[in-house]
Amino acid sequence: MASQEASATGMADEPPKVAFWNDPVKRGYIFQVILFFVVAFLIYEAATNAIENLTKQKIASGFGFWNVTAGFDIGQRLIEYSNTSSYGRAFWVGLLNTLLVASIGIVLATFLGFIVGIARLSKNWLVQKIATVYVELIRNTPLLLQLLFWYNAVLKALPEVRDSAALPGGAFLNNRGLFMPDPTFGPNFNYVTIALVLGLIGYVIYGRWAKKRQDATGEQARYLPVAIGLIVVVPLAIYFMAGQPLTLTYPNLGRFNIQGGLQVYPEFVALVVGLVIYTAAFIAEVVRAGIQAVSKGQTEASYALGLRPGPTLDLVVIPQAMRVIIPPLTSQYLNLTKNSSLAVAIGYPDLVQVFTGTVLNQTGQAVEVIAITMLVYLTISLSTSLLMNWYNSRKALVER
Amino acid sequence: MSETATLSETPVAYVRKTPAQALPPPASLVGVLGWMRQNLFSSPANSVLTIVTALFAAWAIPGFISFLLTDAVWTGADREACVAKNGVLPGACWAFVSDRLSFFIYGFYPIEQRWRVDLFFVLGAIGVAWMLWQKAPRRDIGFFYFILVLPIVSFILLRGWDLIGLTPVDTARWGGLMVTLVVAGVGIVASLPLGILLALGRRSKLPVVKFLSVMFIEFVRGVPLITVLFMANTMLPLFLPDNITVDKLLRALVGIGLFASAYMAEVVRAGLQALPKGQYEGAMAMGLGYWQMMRLIILPQALKITIPNIVNTYIGLFKDTSLLLIVGIFDFLKAIETARVDPQWAAPTTSATGYAFAAIVYFIFCYGMALYARSMERRLSVGDKR
Repeated sequence: MASQEASATGMADEPPKVAFWNDPVKRGYIFQVILFFVVAFLIYEAATNAIENLTKQKIASGFGFWNVTAGFDIGQRLIEYSNTSSYGRAFWVGLLNTLLVASIGIVLATFLGFIVGIARLSKNWLVQKIATVYVELIRNTPLLLQLLFWYNAVLKALPEVRDSAALPGGAFLNNRGLFMPDPTFGPNFNYVTIALVLGLIGYVIYGRWAKKRQDATGEQARYLPVAIGLIVVVPLAIYFMAGQPLTLTYPNLGRFNIQGGLQVYPEFVALVVGLVIYTAAFIAEVVRAGIQAVSKGQTEASYALGLRPGPTLDLVVIPQAMRVIIPPLTSQYLNLTKNSSLAVAIGYPDLVQVFTGTVLNQTGQAVEVIAITMLVYLTISLSTSLLMNWYNSRKALVER
Repeated sequence: MSETATLSETPVAYVRKTPAQALPPPASLVGVLGWMRQNLFSSPANSVLTIVTALFAAWAIPGFISFLLTDAVWTGADREACVAKNGVLPGACWAFVSDRLSFFIYGFYPIEQRWRVDLFFVLGAIGVAWMLWQKAPRRDIGFFYFILVLPIVSFILLRGWDLIGLTPVDTARWGGLMVTLVVAGVGIVASLPLGILLALGRRSKLPVVKFLSVMFIEFVRGVPLITVLFMANTMLPLFLPDNITVDKLLRALVGIGLFASAYMAEVVRAGLQALPKGQYEGAMAMGLGYWQMMRLIILPQALKITIPNIVNTYIGLFKDTSLLLIVGIFDFLKAIETARVDPQWAAPTTSATGYAFAAIVYFIFCYGMALYARSMERRLSVGDKR
């Protein structure tokens, strides 16, 4: 019946009129307007309440505190800082400490994670089992517990200063940290640095040239001797020619204290060890999944073409596995960076400990301090994601 | 038939008529030795690797066992039991754990009221078992019980209600494993529906909804949990009108719940994206509206394929509850931290023992969830294997 009527009235007619609350498009608009006003109202309420509460508690607002003298000390610092420096300076000290831990942690965790991930796929039963136990044990206990364990149960249990353990090379280990010889670079050391940089650039140029030649002629280049020559031998020769412009200041073991030398704080060591061991377990799983994602036919085809196991891994499996590995690997790197904020639990002066901890307590300006801290982490996260999206779009499988 | 007949009639020197006896497999491929040859010593490099790891294991494992079991102190009244005797340091101080066990579980909860916490544990265990056991009767009631009845009953039970004769217990006195389980439970129950809403919002065609969802998800996922907790702890009271005070535990719960729901949203979104478009189109062709389509067609399938990932998010959430100690909530790890420096038990091995105990407890919960996720993964992939 209905279809007859519809055909009778003709195709050109407009669709039947429906009430606006039954029209999905109009309903969508209404819903969005309501949602927008609800959210705007909540934000407005929160802001007015915050202003009211802050004036009542007589807490200053704004970023005037940035240049006020901080008045507290920070043990580990990469830039000049003393208790007469400003809060802004303390922020930079904390941020640099966070970046230091994150970059060292990322490099070490990648190494350990790839080793464990490959070990989990090993045909060697013992190696595979040990890797599995490691991954399961670490992944199923909280990172904070592991950090506290490394700091309180391992590093704080090291001997006192006067009973310091002497390590080879003039270093000392005790419960105040690791004391290493402190390198001082003479003015002539610049030549060595320049040689090193030039060597690296030269090697990259050589690599490009060699690849072009291989593409054109099929002739394989020898990379390792060139790398050793350009990056190791030449700078080393210049180092000796410049009169060995590097002197080491050895730490001196006194009765109650150690003088001189480069001190690596136990908080730093605990944080790096904890983050590396924790993140490596996750990276291992990422690597394992990536390698397993390359179908077995690829390996078999490569063998059928006459490639040996080494080149098969290098040229066939790893390039394809990396495509799967890179995105989750990046999110593990970001996790490591964000997890480094747990430093606050063991007293390592990272961004959160210095800024959201001490500075917030001293100034009471919660809104500004937390906003800045979050902005820093957001910047790191979002810029990394952008970089990764760009990389992904370059490396993604080009499909027909 | 005929061919064999002709064959047998042809004069040949010798044709074997019965199959030869199968030779035993070479000794190098079967039994313990064969297994070892294949799995441990297949090549010189592999042999070296085996020997090195075996030496490492031989060094590490006995040390672990002697610390945790054979050299451990099992009974004692105070630290005297666990200090070095005749210059020899004993192993783990389990006497400390057994002495402080009730503190680890209940915190400062009044002793005469602790049956309420026990009842909460039992009710929670019933709910979890009902949800996880695939063949349990009336799982729809179980879901209702888990998502609605259990939270309300637990709240009344733990917090107390004068009307029914339960003495109120302030949340400041809650502590230990109980708080960890409460926070994890609230996070688990709250994050799934919120996460689903956020995931739907992110995939919505309405620009305002999509924008707000994306902003929330990316913001929360871009910052560390500890800053979210700091924000909930210090800024939430500022944002609310003067006359409303929020309980400290509740503030932390809000922080953890929001944090977990952003991660849950991404997990659910992956499930939504994995469904073929035909499912959406089919549902629309049937004349279903948006919410009907989601409730009846899309979400049941999308959630089912993401169960393993949802459980993995729960594992992360459970581990993340330990961060509460930084904002001053007395959770399980905080109870361990407090007890290990208590002078009554402070001995050289107390800290390591406390951490070992905490690790075992966290491991049991997290590994249990991981095993469940794995079994679900196997069960879900049965259909694909055929």
